[in-house]
Amino acid sequence: MQTPLKITQVLLVLGLACLALFPLTGSTFYIQFFTKIMVMAIFAMSLDLIVGYTGLVSLGHSAFFGFAGYVLALTSPKYEAVSLWLTLPACVAATAALALVIGTLVLRTAGIYFIMVTLAFAQMLYYLFHDTKLGGGSDGIYLYARPSLAIGEFSPLNLGNHAHFYYFVLALMLAVYFFLRKVLASPFGRVLVSIKANEARVKSLGFQVFNYKLGAFVLAGALAGLAGYLAACQYGFVNPEILSWHYSGVVLMMLILGGMGRLYGAVIGAFAFILVQEFFSYQDIFGEYAKRWQLALGSFIVLVVLLLPRGLAELLERADRKPATGSGNG
Amino acid sequence: MADAALKVRGLTRQFGGVVAVNNVSLEIAENAVHAVIGPNGAGKSTLANLLSGDLRPSAGDILFDGSEISHLSADRRSRMGIGRSYQKTNVFREFTALENCRLAAQSRNPHPFNWFRDALSYRGIVEAAQRALATVGLKERMEVPAGHLSHGEQRQLEIAMCLATNPRVLILDEPLAGMGAEESAAMVGLLKTIAAGHAVLLVEHDMDAVFALAQVLTVMVNGIVLDTGDPQKVRANPNVQIAYLGRPEDHA
Amino acid sequence: MEFLIQVLNGIQYGLLLFLLASGLTLIFGIMGVINLAHGSFYMVGAYLAYWLARETGSLWLALPIGVAISIGIGIVLESALIRRLYQRDHLYQVLLTFGLILIFEELRSILFGNDVHGVAIPPVLDFSIPLTETLSYPVYRLFISAVCLALAAALYFIIQKTRIGMMIRAGNSNREMAQVLGVNIPLLYAFVFAFGFALAAFAGMIAAPVSSVFPGMGHHILIICFVVVVIGGIGSIKGAMIAALLIGIADTLGKVLLPEYSGMAVYLLMAIVLIWRPRGLFQAT
Repeated sequence: MQTPLKITQVLLVLGLACLALFPLTGSTFYIQFFTKIMVMAIFAMSLDLIVGYTGLVSLGHSAFFGFAGYVLALTSPKYEAVSLWLTLPACVAATAALALVIGTLVLRTAGIYFIMVTLAFAQMLYYLFHDTKLGGGSDGIYLYARPSLAIGEFSPLNLGNHAHFYYFVLALMLAVYFFLRKVLASPFGRVLVSIKANEARVKSLGFQVFNYKLGAFVLAGALAGLAGYLAACQYGFVNPEILSWHYSGVVLMMLILGGMGRLYGAVIGAFAFILVQEFFSYQDIFGEYAKRWQLALGSFIVLVVLLLPRGLAELLERADRKPATGSGNG
Repeated sequence: MADAALKVRGLTRQFGGVVAVNNVSLEIAENAVHAVIGPNGAGKSTLANLLSGDLRPSAGDILFDGSEISHLSADRRSRMGIGRSYQKTNVFREFTALENCRLAAQSRNPHPFNWFRDALSYRGIVEAAQRALATVGLKERMEVPAGHLSHGEQRQLEIAMCLATNPRVLILDEPLAGMGAEESAAMVGLLKTIAAGHAVLLVEHDMDAVFALAQVLTVMVNGIVLDTGDPQKVRANPNVQIAYLGRPEDHA
Repeated sequence: MEFLIQVLNGIQYGLLLFLLASGLTLIFGIMGVINLAHGSFYMVGAYLAYWLARETGSLWLALPIGVAISIGIGIVLESALIRRLYQRDHLYQVLLTFGLILIFEELRSILFGNDVHGVAIPPVLDFSIPLTETLSYPVYRLFISAVCLALAAALYFIIQKTRIGMMIRAGNSNREMAQVLGVNIPLLYAFVFAFGFALAAFAGMIAAPVSSVFPGMGHHILIICFVVVVIGGIGSIKGAMIAALLIGIADTLGKVLLPEYSGMAVYLLMAIVLIWRPRGLFQAT
């Protein structure tokens, strides 16, 4: 597995330091803005596990993201804060169970079929929450109080405070990053990477490939559920749009932009994409045209796919390799 | 004669109207090399694929230690002890030679649930991989990415990966493919060492290798077995000589 | 009798889906490109119909002009962007065509605004056939079905009986071999893509009078289209027809019988088919 190289490492540490110190600026809007980005970074990393490392292109990952949020909203009493210690594991476990069911069905397919059935299952979930009374319809459900970290009288952080919530999410983002690095270095992770490289050979070496793919799919789904739970906490509501395939497409885009198959690429991609999106809708620069940000974003996506398919992480790594004579082995 | 580890009876494989393998029967015994030769298109690689599980037969049986395995998947057969090397080099090009073999060795001892332990910390698996590399003579090159190895070294790696899975039966599909004279000689020497303790099916074009290694020889033409048995006797068979027009074409 | 009307509606919807799905399945099957923007092509057709009918006063004039423009756009799109997607990972195809969706949406918004527009049914077809004393069925819808069937027959004829159809079938099963045998693959691909674009746009054009012309009209139908192709089998026109009819009827009846669950019904159907046949009902020959 690729570990970040020199300049890249320095830049990442610097970035992390900036993130850690940022809340000291006190700007509520931007603290919440960056919290949103970090939640997306967790979402993107979970997708990288199956797309970048195992080679399974899923267009339905937002199903898991949205599902966890809905489970939280549906199981929270109206005005009371639930305990995070109970609800977070419960929502993640429920999402993992969903991923197990969907994965068992969709992993029977491959290639284009896989892309389309993952899309279709996500759509099915979308319609479930949009059309039926289960999920409050197209309006969604409100979450009036953020879950609490309290155990008895003691509460280490008040998640209602946006700076506290920011640090909570930052800590989780780092935890997910290091957790995934561990997983990818483990025997299980090595098989995933080789499945992407040459699935038939992995099979002929004696591995039960389906089980490994399913394991990756469930883990990725669970982590996407974690991100979805945090997003629901942050926004205070859930609606069917977070299950849409548009959302799944956006998070895939983050992976490409940042660079697939390198976890930190997913994080970079989340930051870069949302910042670009904000940039294009920034009226102070674009004036009237800011309303047309979709056009700019769409063109940006097309250009990135054509010109920068390996993402920003690749650019960083190229900068690292320049002084060396041979090519790196990672 | 030792017991047959792998028995093939009436094996047939059709692709639409083409019968690539037609009613083939043979046996692979322990501690012996059974070579299969034939012109291009004879069905040799298809036969290898049928035995390893990469293809399912249209008819016929494959018996491993007496049990029918022709309906089993490739990964199942591998776990049972049937190893396969490929004619077209099928290694993981981005991984080092060591990682290629380590992965192969890991298949015997997968440890899929411990996500917190580094794969390289399983000394037993790493050592098994290193032993396989040493056997084929790639120990010095183990940290080199497989894609950077020379063609001959990649063929050696193919064998090493096969060995690292600790198989009883080895199905080697043209291990000498694309090798020059010196490399071929080294490979033949290697195969001679490996033959001890394994049941080997050797699909090959290189006649020198075949006669140096094989205890049993089968000739295939157009999917049918033309002759099978002691290599010298088969060589003397006039039908075999006609089929080859005197001597077999060299592999391109 | 009410039931008959729903079935007729279902068949008409299914036939329209078939037009869209056949373009999509050809693009998948022959070029190996997964095209998320196909729904946008449908939308382009609908807006072309609206604009041209408004300018020329007649849908009959709008149709051929619209088709010509669509073929033109298809050719430009293929040579500028789509051809860079061949042989690339499906992921990049998904994303590039996703970007195209955003671009098309915004262009549509710039050119035509965000209002819902109507397209008038041509006067000669603007009446209904009585089925019973109280119920009648709009002739225009029958016209849509008839046109789709005619196109389906033409498509079948082209693919099975003509040289270009043979090239398409050859390219479908083995690209390199077809190329070696002298088929001009780049030209073939440009043709197939432009044709697929035109089919989708044409579907949008003739459907416009009954479905209206509105933002986002491509999204929903795109995914249904995907389901049709997955169920029918990639590259199979026959599969697309059968699956499209199946889905058209199931979706329409579902809306009537179980409105809350009708949205999900199609996907459930797909899940069931895939458990039974992971590669769809038919495979391209």
